[in-house]
Amino acid sequence: MANFYTDNPALKLYLTHPMMEKIVALKERDFAEADKYDYAPRNYEDAIDNYDRVLEIVGDICGNIVAENAEDVDHNGPKVENSRVIYAEGTQKNLDATRKAGLMGMAMPRRLGGLNFPITPYIMAADIVSRADAGFENLWGLQDCAETIYEFADDDQKERYIPRVCAGETMSMDLTEPDAGSDLQSVMLKATQKEDGSWVLNGVKRFITNGDADIHLVLARSEEGSHDGRGLSMFIYDKRNGGVNVRRIENKMGIKGSPTCELTYKDAPCELVGSRRLGLIKYVMALMNGARLGIAAQSVGLSEIAYREALGYARERQQFGKPIIEFPAVAEIISVMKGKLDASRALLYACARFVDMYKIYDDIAKERPLTKEEKAEAKYYSRLADAFTPLAKGMTSEYANQNAYDCIQIHGGSGFMKDYACERVYRDARITSIYEGTTQLQVVAAIRHVTTGTYLNKIREMEAESVCPEDEGVKNTLVFMTQQYANAVQSVMGVKDSNYQDFMARRLVEMAGHIVMGYLLLEDTQRDASFRKSLHVYVNYGQAEVAKHADFIGNFRPEEIENYLIKE
Amino acid sequence: MSLNIIVLAKQVPDTRNVGKDAMKEDGTVNRAALPAIFNPEDLNALEQALKLKDMYPGTKVTLLTMGPARAAEIIREGLYRGADNGVVLSDRAFAGSDTLATSYALSAAVRKIGNYDLIIGGRQAIDGDTAQVGPQIAEKLGLPQVTYAEDIISAENGKVTVKRRIESGVETVSAPYPLVVTVNGSADECRPRNAKAVMKYKRAAVPSEVAADEEKKAFVEARPYLQIGEWNTQTVEADLAQCGLAGSPTKVKSIQNVIFTAKEARKIESTDEALEDLIVELIANHTIG
Repeated sequence: MANFYTDNPALKLYLTHPMMEKIVALKERDFAEADKYDYAPRNYEDAIDNYDRVLEIVGDICGNIVAENAEDVDHNGPKVENSRVIYAEGTQKNLDATRKAGLMGMAMPRRLGGLNFPITPYIMAADIVSRADAGFENLWGLQDCAETIYEFADDDQKERYIPRVCAGETMSMDLTEPDAGSDLQSVMLKATQKEDGSWVLNGVKRFITNGDADIHLVLARSEEGSHDGRGLSMFIYDKRNGGVNVRRIENKMGIKGSPTCELTYKDAPCELVGSRRLGLIKYVMALMNGARLGIAAQSVGLSEIAYREALGYARERQQFGKPIIEFPAVAEIISVMKGKLDASRALLYACARFVDMYKIYDDIAKERPLTKEEKAEAKYYSRLADAFTPLAKGMTSEYANQNAYDCIQIHGGSGFMKDYACERVYRDARITSIYEGTTQLQVVAAIRHVTTGTYLNKIREMEAESVCPEDEGVKNTLVFMTQQYANAVQSVMGVKDSNYQDFMARRLVEMAGHIVMGYLLLEDTQRDASFRKSLHVYVNYGQAEVAKHADFIGNFRPEEIENYLIKE
Repeated sequence: MSLNIIVLAKQVPDTRNVGKDAMKEDGTVNRAALPAIFNPEDLNALEQALKLKDMYPGTKVTLLTMGPARAAEIIREGLYRGADNGVVLSDRAFAGSDTLATSYALSAAVRKIGNYDLIIGGRQAIDGDTAQVGPQIAEKLGLPQVTYAEDIISAENGKVTVKRRIESGVETVSAPYPLVVTVNGSADECRPRNAKAVMKYKRAAVPSEVAADEEKKAFVEARPYLQIGEWNTQTVEADLAQCGLAGSPTKVKSIQNVIFTAKEARKIESTDEALEDLIVELIANHTIG
């Protein structure tokens, strides 16, 4: 009777992070619904107890059902029959279990059938689900799309669609097209308004995760003759109305249980969400930010399973008369995996808390005007969420890949065979640094916060916190790393060549990432000593990485960029 | 069309992963060393009841368990998964019950609940492995019974249809209800706890659990859905002579650790003669008697 929540004490530590008290009180509007709904919490402790109990259900289902089905699902995958997707048998069982457990629409308000959970415990569930089967997280995690309906659709649409998601209907976000991948401004799918005012969709979408979902959010060109992002609007398509067919599903390297569909829209009736022309520039950006946090959670779950599989194997596998974990070369790999895992998780939940704070304030602002202090706080966290989301998505997905690689390395030749879970983890991890914006695009989103100082300001805030004497040494290292980072930023920004700055951007973002994650682990260690080992291992690792980048930037003559640019 | 279903459940020590301290020196189960769990096959039984509730809206599922007040945990576990309410049958007079006294007490409680269509229980409990309580309850209540059920396919127009697991395969039988069904471990696993139900019912309690805490007591008293029944011998009008040790003809003489050494199996025809021969043989070799 495995439980993927209770066997991982770090999760509970993040669930009870000091900031949660404020998040919960705001989210619950000082527990105003306590006597209105029999499942609403009465106070902070009650709310945390609720999250704890629900996460235990998630851990139970993931440990005993989803993880058990993962291999079969990977092997059999979904198929298409008569233009409809049929999930693998295990996927269907996973969905049935999560529906019966009421784990859909977790973050939606109670009046629409949800659990009204903050983002943080919801993301925790995503972390747990991904450890069990990253491909299943894609289907389960698409409940995120309900958040976009909640934020931008009208009341009537909210009341018609969100309760269905809470009851277990699945969602998809139909953005990508054959000629519009990273560049969504090129979306061509045509939305036409008929004389009666209703809309229909015509065209093709590609690479749509769970493309045969019950409820779709669709990005389409509503403004005839337009060519850029300002001609795009967001629509809801309800599968009950028909008009969208699945032409084929992709044969993928990993996350094979999650159907990736090519869709054809033929006069498919749909509803406009919010205002015309804001589809990409406002709604998809919000949708993407939520999805990126979800991919960060998926990456952390993958890092977790990679670490556990590696550790388990290294303890069992005997060579030269002893378990291989006793060899320092092996132990180092596993310790660094753990360091990256813990650093990733620290960043994930810091980001989730920031997202919680500003989103809840945004929601409260619909009910009443915020006070001046609240407005300032909302702005502060909105900016942090904006800075930390691409950082978290970029760093955690790269670490998930590195950990999956190292997990295979620990398994040696056996890891190259299909016999162990690690080869599935390796394939599943590969997409995390690609979809919802490649790592390179996360750098594009994050670099703004390097140049405007969002990261550095947050780092300085964390630097001002006192730590126990035992951790002073680590802190000094972080202070030194910060100086190297600040110098590097200044040096790169001093060269007024955009090619050069773009070229160096990833180095600066990574440097910020190492320092931020180091400080977060330092903060977590003050609350719980179990993080200390990872703190030391990670800061050692980050220190070397920061020095490497500082060195590269310091030695690099801007004109050398010509050797890297490929022009013909 | 809706049904009234009573699910019989037992809180048992988890004997599936026993350590060295699982048994006391006197050969009885060391309950302190083993976590108390919902008897696994009773969970299979609960799933059958919940499935019928899904099929026939309006169906009411009542859990019944016998044990100390802490067995209310079993009722809560049922509420978390979709049961409607529950009763803990709890009285010192029930202590030391063998299967006969247990089935007597439970059948008295079933009568008290009344108005039932189906009584569903697990085939057997993992701490005793007798598989006797379900059939004995049927006998005491004068009801038909279907044992080794794997799937209760339907319950309509006064008739249930049940797929049962038998030695040579499966058979599908029909029987009139009210009746008793005991469910085999090969039936569908019980559904997971439901998030909203867990948050709603986590404070459900029997009166004695909250008696000492005024705040908790008032909270539960103001909310009928949190009130788990706590019945004793008087509530169910039980004859004390048939309860607990007094009502238990089974006497444990001694307990030995047994290592299975049987090398052959014998099949007994289900005829009166064959059964009589078996009983005579068992008496002759002092296995019973």
